[in-house]
Amino acid sequence: MNPQELVEKLNILKPRLTGFEQPLENRIYLHCESENCFEINKFLFQDIGSRFVIATAIDCEQYFEILYHYSYDQTGCVINLKCFIRDHERPQVESITPLVPGAEWIEREMHDLEGIDFKNHPCLERLILADDWPEGEYPMRKDWNNEKEI
Amino acid sequence: MNWKIWSLKKSPWVFHVNTGACNNCDIEVVNCLTPKFDVERFGVTLVGSPRHADALLVTGVVTAQAAPRLIQAYQQAPKPCVVFSIGACACGTGIFHKGYHVVGPVDKIIREIDPNAIIAYVPGCPPKPEAMISGIVKTLNAL
Amino acid sequence: MKKKFKLPILATGPVHPLQEEMEFFQLYVDGETVVDIDVRLSYNHRGIEKISESLQFDQVPFLVSRICGICSASHPLAYVQAVEEIAGIIPPERALYVRTIINELERIHSHILWVGLAGHFIGYETVFMWAWKYREPVLDMLEKITGNRNNYGNVKIGGCREDLPEGIEEEIYPILDQIEKKMDMLTKAVLDDPILHARLKGVGVLKKEDAVNYAVTGPTARASGIPIDVRRDDPYAAYDLVDWNVCVQEEGDVFAKVVVRLLEVFEAIKIIRQALAKLPKGPITTEVKEIPPGEAIGRAEAPRGETFHYVRSEGGNTPARHKARAPSYVNVPSFKASCIGEKISDVLITLAAVDPCYSCTERLGVVAPRSGKVIYDFDMLLQLSREKTTRIRKGL
Repeated sequence: MNPQELVEKLNILKPRLTGFEQPLENRIYLHCESENCFEINKFLFQDIGSRFVIATAIDCEQYFEILYHYSYDQTGCVINLKCFIRDHERPQVESITPLVPGAEWIEREMHDLEGIDFKNHPCLERLILADDWPEGEYPMRKDWNNEKEI
Repeated sequence: MNWKIWSLKKSPWVFHVNTGACNNCDIEVVNCLTPKFDVERFGVTLVGSPRHADALLVTGVVTAQAAPRLIQAYQQAPKPCVVFSIGACACGTGIFHKGYHVVGPVDKIIREIDPNAIIAYVPGCPPKPEAMISGIVKTLNAL
Repeated sequence: MKKKFKLPILATGPVHPLQEEMEFFQLYVDGETVVDIDVRLSYNHRGIEKISESLQFDQVPFLVSRICGICSASHPLAYVQAVEEIAGIIPPERALYVRTIINELERIHSHILWVGLAGHFIGYETVFMWAWKYREPVLDMLEKITGNRNNYGNVKIGGCREDLPEGIEEEIYPILDQIEKKMDMLTKAVLDDPILHARLKGVGVLKKEDAVNYAVTGPTARASGIPIDVRRDDPYAAYDLVDWNVCVQEEGDVFAKVVVRLLEVFEAIKIIRQALAKLPKGPITTEVKEIPPGEAIGRAEAPRGETFHYVRSEGGNTPARHKARAPSYVNVPSFKASCIGEKISDVLITLAAVDPCYSCTERLGVVAPRSGKVIYDFDMLLQLSREKTTRIRKGL
């Protein structure tokens, strides 16, 4: 697929998206709500055949964003799926690990550092923080500062 | 001179502990053993267990998860034992001093369990193999 | 996952004499066969992403170069490319070439280092010592260019911090020739050795579909027949201005990974030669005023695979969010696919003291005891060992 065909194929997703940006030819940002996130991930990974790179969770004070980064290596295009989680108190989203086994670690990491719950994750255990780290402290959240004593 | 110190100064065997380093100091430690620097000709050799070691080479800032393991390794090493803090992170946490998962430099952790520990510092990011060799020689002369 | 198996657990680590870093592996074994594997990280977690949010845009390259000491040119490069994309800065052409040269020198020393360590893991100490000796000139060259053997800190937003020193070309070319000659010898030694074939072929196979599912990158993916390379797919620095090839192998076993890395060393030498020949004159840095709000992605091909940085700016002096992904983050979990069903000794790659055919380092010269006359020099010993290899191969 060349870049134009890729964009046309992504147009199938349009009804489920809340936004579409293409700042550069090979950088695409798709916006969606957390309910549709799993299907869109499935489309990007299986139907388009792009490679899962990583996911980034961002605390935006009132809501959370999770960016799923995919790389379409035939054209060097990076597709970023920006998924909004509106519930800041109990952030929850469908896990994509059953779909992409390579996403297991990053979901565990986001669970550790940002406190986001992933439904249907096979093993949502602590990965990146120390064994004696207290429960309920999420260092990557905006209201957590470095001076806090643990 | 105490005979223990006298024997410590001959052919020190070292055990390498990485407590959260970026691999740079570790690579340079291994570099000391390979043909260009080759400290084995002075009897310095890397051993596989802290129980055999005369000196611990500690690289990297001590993270929360690694601190108990460092303490364990130090307790297992026969005393007297020299602890070398290799690199800026191990000497004083360096660029990572603000990190939430960082509990402190090596000397702080070791002094908590043994206030009389012999600690030597080799600064640099990473220290060159020459600096490490010089640090070891100077420490052994000062004992 | 732990509850599923009531099998013996073989704990490896966290302080392990072979691995340099602390990692804790739990191998669930059935007899000698590994059934499942569990990895516990966190020993090296320093919270770099949070520290990065408290540093200024200009200071972050020094921090990210300390994510990994061996990839200390690729991480800052990926970050800097992301920031340049946000601010719309185009670095001058000479800076692109300088970045390429430093990155490729890093690739050479990293791959040679890996080959040495691989030899060490299977008990082939000769390769370990040879390889580490051959990478020393590369480190000296990097020290001459950037001022440090590792952690170069040479890349900054808008260009490079230091230009190549005067007349460095005359010094790099002979070193490249020398490394090429030595690596040629080492490659032939490794690739022709029937014992290494027996030890490494078919061990730890990562199948192509597993490689896709675990989303592996770099030589790990290329050894499993996935032709991806950020340098070609999404060109940065000066990689689209020079001619080189992506090395791909189909088998996916340990041997294929050795081959890919060894061949990449030669490609890197090719790239540096061309970059030095084409190196344009001019400034190495442009002026940077401020970083506007925005978000962007920077990618670079580190020796181990794709380095991925996501930076978001809200118009301040510091990044609002900075995500860094090192290649090993996706390569390590693929152990789950490649280790299961293997023997313990293969998983740890520790056993198997390979009978070294090539017991001739440069130090070794056989001297007749009385006369002091050198009977064999290095080349003759090499010749002898090749003949021995041929004999062994015929016998197999």
